[in-house]
Amino acid sequence: MEIALAIAIMALGAVVLGAALGFASIKFKVEGDPLVEKIEAILPQTQCGQCGYPGCRPYADAIANGEEINKCPPGGTEGVQRLADLLGREVKPLDAEEKPKQLAIIDENTCIGCTLCIQACPVDAIVGAAKQMHTIIAQQCTGCELCLPPCPVECIRMEVIQENIDNWKWKYPVVEIKAAPISASDTTGGSGGMKEAA
Amino acid sequence: MLMNLFKFKGGVKPPTNKTQSVTLPIAVAPIPSRLVVPLHQSIGGTPRPVVQAGDKVLKGQLIGEADGWISAAVHAPTSGTVLEVAMHTQPHPSGLDSLCVVIEPDGKDEWIARDLVDYKSMAPESVREKLQQSGVVGLGGAVFPTHGKLTASKTVPMDELVINGAECEPFITCDDLLMRERAEEVVRGIGIFRDLLQPKKVLIGIEDNKPEAAAAMRAAVEAVGEDFVVVQVPTLYPAGGAKQLIRVLTGKEVPASKRSTDLGVQCFNVATAYTAWRAIAQGEPVVSRLVTVTGNVGEPRNYEVLIGTPMDELLKLAHPHPDTDGIIMGGPMMGFLVPDRRVPVIKATNCLIAHDERLFPPKAPEMPCIRCGACARACPHELQPFEMYWFSRAKNFGKTQEYNIFDCIECGCCSFVCPSRIPLVQYFRFAKSEIWAREREKNAADQAKARFEFKQLREEREKAEKAEKLAKAAAAQAAKKAAEAAAAAAAPAESAAQPVAAEAAAPVTAPVPPAAAPATGDAEKAAKMATIEAAMARAKAQREAVQPKNTDNLTPEQQKAAADIEARRVAAHLIEPEPAQPAAPPDPKS
Ligand code: SF4
Ligand code: SF4
Ligand code: SF4
Ligand code: SF4
Repeated sequence: MEIALAIAIMALGAVVLGAALGFASIKFKVEGDPLVEKIEAILPQTQCGQCGYPGCRPYADAIANGEEINKCPPGGTEGVQRLADLLGREVKPLDAEEKPKQLAIIDENTCIGCTLCIQACPVDAIVGAAKQMHTIIAQQCTGCELCLPPCPVECIRMEVIQENIDNWKWKYPVVEIKAAPISASDTTGGSGGMKEAA
Repeated sequence: MLMNLFKFKGGVKPPTNKTQSVTLPIAVAPIPSRLVVPLHQSIGGTPRPVVQAGDKVLKGQLIGEADGWISAAVHAPTSGTVLEVAMHTQPHPSGLDSLCVVIEPDGKDEWIARDLVDYKSMAPESVREKLQQSGVVGLGGAVFPTHGKLTASKTVPMDELVINGAECEPFITCDDLLMRERAEEVVRGIGIFRDLLQPKKVLIGIEDNKPEAAAAMRAAVEAVGEDFVVVQVPTLYPAGGAKQLIRVLTGKEVPASKRSTDLGVQCFNVATAYTAWRAIAQGEPVVSRLVTVTGNVGEPRNYEVLIGTPMDELLKLAHPHPDTDGIIMGGPMMGFLVPDRRVPVIKATNCLIAHDERLFPPKAPEMPCIRCGACARACPHELQPFEMYWFSRAKNFGKTQEYNIFDCIECGCCSFVCPSRIPLVQYFRFAKSEIWAREREKNAADQAKARFEFKQLREEREKAEKAEKLAKAAAAQAAKKAAEAAAAAAAPAESAAQPVAAEAAAPVTAPVPPAAAPATGDAEKAAKMATIEAAMARAKAQREAVQPKNTDNLTPEQQKAAADIEARRVAAHLIEPEPAQPAAPPDPKS
């Protein structure tokens, strides 16, 4: 009798909890982002086509359909890593040389104002009008190099973005084996070994 | 005055080392041989230079114009000649360069015309603008443009205005001396802030290890006839952190994600109030500041220093000992070793400490974290430094954010107490700047994506528009041609072949309506179709119109030739969309 009661209680519990779980899974269903969106969010949006696709979105589509994840040079090794994490695939070395981030610069004295680069730029980073000097809005340029080939007078060059005060980053703290007394890191972040001065 | 004080968790009590530099009164540092004034000295936009090499400038003359609302102007610290506007090493942990105006002083220290105004007669907006134009920024170290903090929240009533005279960091005494010697101007400056923000009360927090400063401030408050409350807060590092002082005086917690005005409280440093008063009442922009020069020097003291003075020249005044091997800007807890001794004093420079191994013995190597929890107990923000450390070290930045790394004020308490001597703050700074960099990249990527998509959209639209235009033009032309052809066909038809003309007219009018109403989607196709159809109609009309003449009284040879041509024409019609060409030659021959 007691056994039967125990079984009945357990069964009832199971039914109730099962129903609750079922309900919860419907009610609190997570609206998953479509995979392509997530992949695209990782791609750097340089829109350079170096991956062999006409932009980041098409490459994201292709990855979702099984394309390799190591074809985007602007994304770099880190991009491959993040794609691998997202998709649960193996990390592969980048299928190209990794380049530092660049910026296109127009030599304004040579520019003949042909507008060809304006048409080539995928992100409208170049301003100018026909027969007027063109210039590149540095903040908008993704460094995709697509404006280089069309220029008939070869007045566009790429420049590596240098470290400056605004984009400078604190370095990963290294454990110093130190000889030089002046090193920026031995007092930054608080010197625990401070003593009372005489 | 007794007041119920609150407490913040954690905190440490490092040796204060303040007594050395308070024995002597404030001295005015002599004008150096050269002033290097960085343009970017405060948070926000980089001011644009408005002078160039060779220009003569007067003391207080604008040399850098504020760029945007959150940005503050920069002025010439003394009169002289601009030598260059160029990149120079900054007093910044990166040791990188930034744009500076280099001035050779002429020694006359001649002021520009200073307009003395009564700020009470000015609109609050113009007082804020005046502060911006005078380059008044937070001198406690954060260098946030002051005018940007002087707008009360529209929804939350302003309860308290907190004035920070706590100066909790060891070694630094410039605010202490300022309050001792120039309390009245400080109080009047606080009066400006009070008038702009209209708080219910004004609390001046001073650590209880500065009784002279507190007494001087109390006397000044009384003398000026204000009702500000001077509160002595317990000496505990970092009581002078804005958030900690707000907590101690008001009990309010300001999270990283919120501005303090949203909680009805705002905080300013005493030195900021002082410069605000000078700017408003005396028309003197911020061209100098008080700097404590201490550490391994013979004569530690506070100096009033022109912005742009090279640090090594300033340090010399205090007779540094020969074993000095570096200069720390700021205090020992939050400061850093400057990358070069010649970097200039800027608005954020409150203290220079001559560094040597006796004061700052080299730290023993870092050991693994033993999870003792000392850092968490010391953290004034109740964070868990060891967890943040672990994830920063593993470069798991998402996790560090889950542990609220952005609430960390980098006070250094955790590093100070850590028995394993882990430079925790360095890990946090590393993690924060990585996260910022990622955010910047993400923003840039989002922008690029938006612009790319917009460009694609625009190209589509342009294409469609062009096609539509083409279609319209083609349709119009087709209609015109058709009308002409019809007229041409009608003329001979009247005399000779009525039915043929009718036949000719019918196909001409027929293709026009479908071409005239092209859908935008396949407008281009429609345009092509229209052109082709128009051409065909033209040819047909020509043919039909011409044919009756040709076929009048022909010889058999001519008839044969005509048949041949006809056959060719049919063949050509299949291949060529324009059969008019092969059809044309025989006409004049006949
Ligand atoms: S290579 Fe990378 S950045 Fe360039 S288009 Fe392809 S996915 Fe975009
Ligand atoms: S300016 Fe040139 S390099 Fe920069 S985004 Fe445009 S096409 Fe690419
Ligand atoms: S104080 Fe140092 S050793 Fe102790 S838990 Fe924190 S990080 Fe680890
Ligand atoms: S540096 Fe940051 S984590 Fe460490 S004690 Fe200060 S606020 Fe807390």
